[in-house]
Amino acid sequence: MNQKPLTLKILDVISLLLLLTAAYLAVFVAPTERVMGDVQRVFYFHIGTAWVALVGFVFTAGLSVVYLVTKDLKWDRIQVAAIEVSVVFFLITIILGSIWARPAWNTWWTWDPRLTTAAVTELIYIAYFMLRQGIDDPNKRARFGAVYALIGGLSAPITFFAIRLFRTIHPVVIAGSNAAAEGNFSMSDDMLQAFFFALFAFTVIFIDLFWNRIRLGEAQEKVEEMKLKAAY
Amino acid sequence: MVKRSGRRTTVSAQPSGSFVKAIGAIVWKDLRAEFRSWELVSAMLVFSLLVILIFNFALELDVKTRQSVTAGVLWSTFAFAGTLGLNRSMSIEKDRGCLDGLLLAPVDRSVIYFGKFISNLAFMLIVEAIVLPVYSILYNTNLFQPGLMLVILLGSIGYTAVGTLLAAMSMQTRTRDILLPILLFPVAFAVLLAAVKASGGFLDGAEFSEIAFPINLLITYDVVFIATSFMVFDTIVEE
Amino acid sequence: MITTRKLVKRFGLKTVLRGVDFDVQPGEFVALLGPNGAGKTTFLRILSSLSRPSLGEVNIAGFKLPGEAAQVRARLGVVSHLPLLYGDLTAEENLRFYARMYGITDYELRITEVLEMVGLEHRRRDLVRTYSRGMQQRLAIGRAVLHDPQIMLFDEPYTGLDQDASSMLDVVLKTVAAQGRTVVMTSHDLARAEELATRFDILSRGIIAASATRRQLKKTNLLSFYKQALAG
Repeated sequence: MNQKPLTLKILDVISLLLLLTAAYLAVFVAPTERVMGDVQRVFYFHIGTAWVALVGFVFTAGLSVVYLVTKDLKWDRIQVAAIEVSVVFFLITIILGSIWARPAWNTWWTWDPRLTTAAVTELIYIAYFMLRQGIDDPNKRARFGAVYALIGGLSAPITFFAIRLFRTIHPVVIAGSNAAAEGNFSMSDDMLQAFFFALFAFTVIFIDLFWNRIRLGEAQEKVEEMKLKAAY
Repeated sequence: MVKRSGRRTTVSAQPSGSFVKAIGAIVWKDLRAEFRSWELVSAMLVFSLLVILIFNFALELDVKTRQSVTAGVLWSTFAFAGTLGLNRSMSIEKDRGCLDGLLLAPVDRSVIYFGKFISNLAFMLIVEAIVLPVYSILYNTNLFQPGLMLVILLGSIGYTAVGTLLAAMSMQTRTRDILLPILLFPVAFAVLLAAVKASGGFLDGAEFSEIAFPINLLITYDVVFIATSFMVFDTIVEE
Repeated sequence: MITTRKLVKRFGLKTVLRGVDFDVQPGEFVALLGPNGAGKTTFLRILSSLSRPSLGEVNIAGFKLPGEAAQVRARLGVVSHLPLLYGDLTAEENLRFYARMYGITDYELRITEVLEMVGLEHRRRDLVRTYSRGMQQRLAIGRAVLHDPQIMLFDEPYTGLDQDASSMLDVVLKTVAAQGRTVVMTSHDLARAEELATRFDILSRGIIAASATRRQLKKTNLLSFYKQALAG
């Protein structure tokens, strides 16, 4: 079994440090928001994880194409890792969003289009794992997984556009043309700093977890191989 | 009695004419079998009516509220009945190994996709064509507007385009038909959302500018998914 | 007519075919024998273009698989133990469907011819789901010869047939073979194979363990040849 490469070990440490720093910035350094108060601080991590998860999902659609073209199972392992980590990050996004929603909108959840779409996207990727569960042959599993991830990846942006059909109460923080949205706030410089740092931190953390997950997949494959050899 | 067969017949490998003919053959085969047994359409129809009945009692609507949810109820019904049809249509190929029979023919794999897509669409439209008047009668509303029919067509096309591909996949897994709704609904969510919005718009007599966006979305969805599905179809039927 | 070189087929980490070299001359009738799990069905599926080899070459009628699969399919007739027929269609409708799929023009005459050959002309308007298993198998052979293929592949065609049905199938198979086609048939039934085939190949543990023509087999009988090949 390969030793963990030094780069990865260093990355693990850096990721942990970044996480702690981002938390510090969000909780202590950023100013308290005027209207919502301290709960708004959740926003930094919420956006951090959301951004990274969504990029992860788009990335996996690209991975699908690569696998279908090369048929190299290595890409399938990478895709599984990417989707798994993205699913977890997006779940964190949804939970943090929920925590923020309670004091801001007085409810844990609302069937507001953006949230509904988030739930739907998350379900696409959970369905991905259920699909893989039902297939024994590794090549078939990889092919079917890649196709579904591609279809899912294509449908997600269309679903997001579909939300424009409905009024939204979800805050539009970056350019908001939807006048009916509530909960908007504009960010001060200190806030922007914490915000961008959180984005950066989560990108690094994602890469770290993603890399570790790929190695885990490789280790699992090795175990399967050894089991088979032992059986003979 | 033994007969020596002379080579009087011709077999063409891939001239463009036979692409369309082969699709036609698949569609004809599905329709012919269905028009004999009516198993598929009758099941979808009865199921649709039951769903409408359940919605009726579950939602306990007065006349006003009912109008605003008609689009939603209709599309939920179509989505559920659609899954039944897709599952059944694909399992006919899976039983008795008929899918192999299709794969052995010297035609492009996308022929199988288009053939099944068109027959599935035909069945869905037949069911919708019956549900619309029934709903109109039950709830004393007029659902026969050309705008609404257009939306139903576009929405059904999108739903069936992805559904055919995903049904072909789920049929080959251990969990088979149970898996189809899990795979299909999240992906079809966009088409259902747009269809409901557009349908509601037509029923309420909204301005065309309001309905234009969901219709565009439907058309986009249809194009993207028909194209993608037929391109990846052969990777999921070949071994 | 049919050639495979070093054909390997893997399903994930499991190797089913380990380098099969197989040669069939035009007009030969090869019985492919072997124990359960030897890979006979897998091998036949590769020859019929339904499955792709992991490694190795396959040449049929001068065309390569999987690259020139469409040309190969036009020259192949395949009968498996599943009938590949639609229960809700009549016999003639089934044949019409396949005639169209194979691009056969003026198929009505051909359909009648085929139905007569398999002895089912009198029941052409009956739904296939009313047919007995034996009749379905005969119709399946009819479907397979419809486009007058040079090569025929039979995978355990006698499965599930009673004595009468098997005898009728014998007649049809002999007719088909007598028409100058190249045939490969897998079977468990050594007695039947002995009657029909001109050559006997034994597939064991993923390779062709032994091969003998009918002439070479005059002294020994098939059963002892078979047992010897498996032991070795």
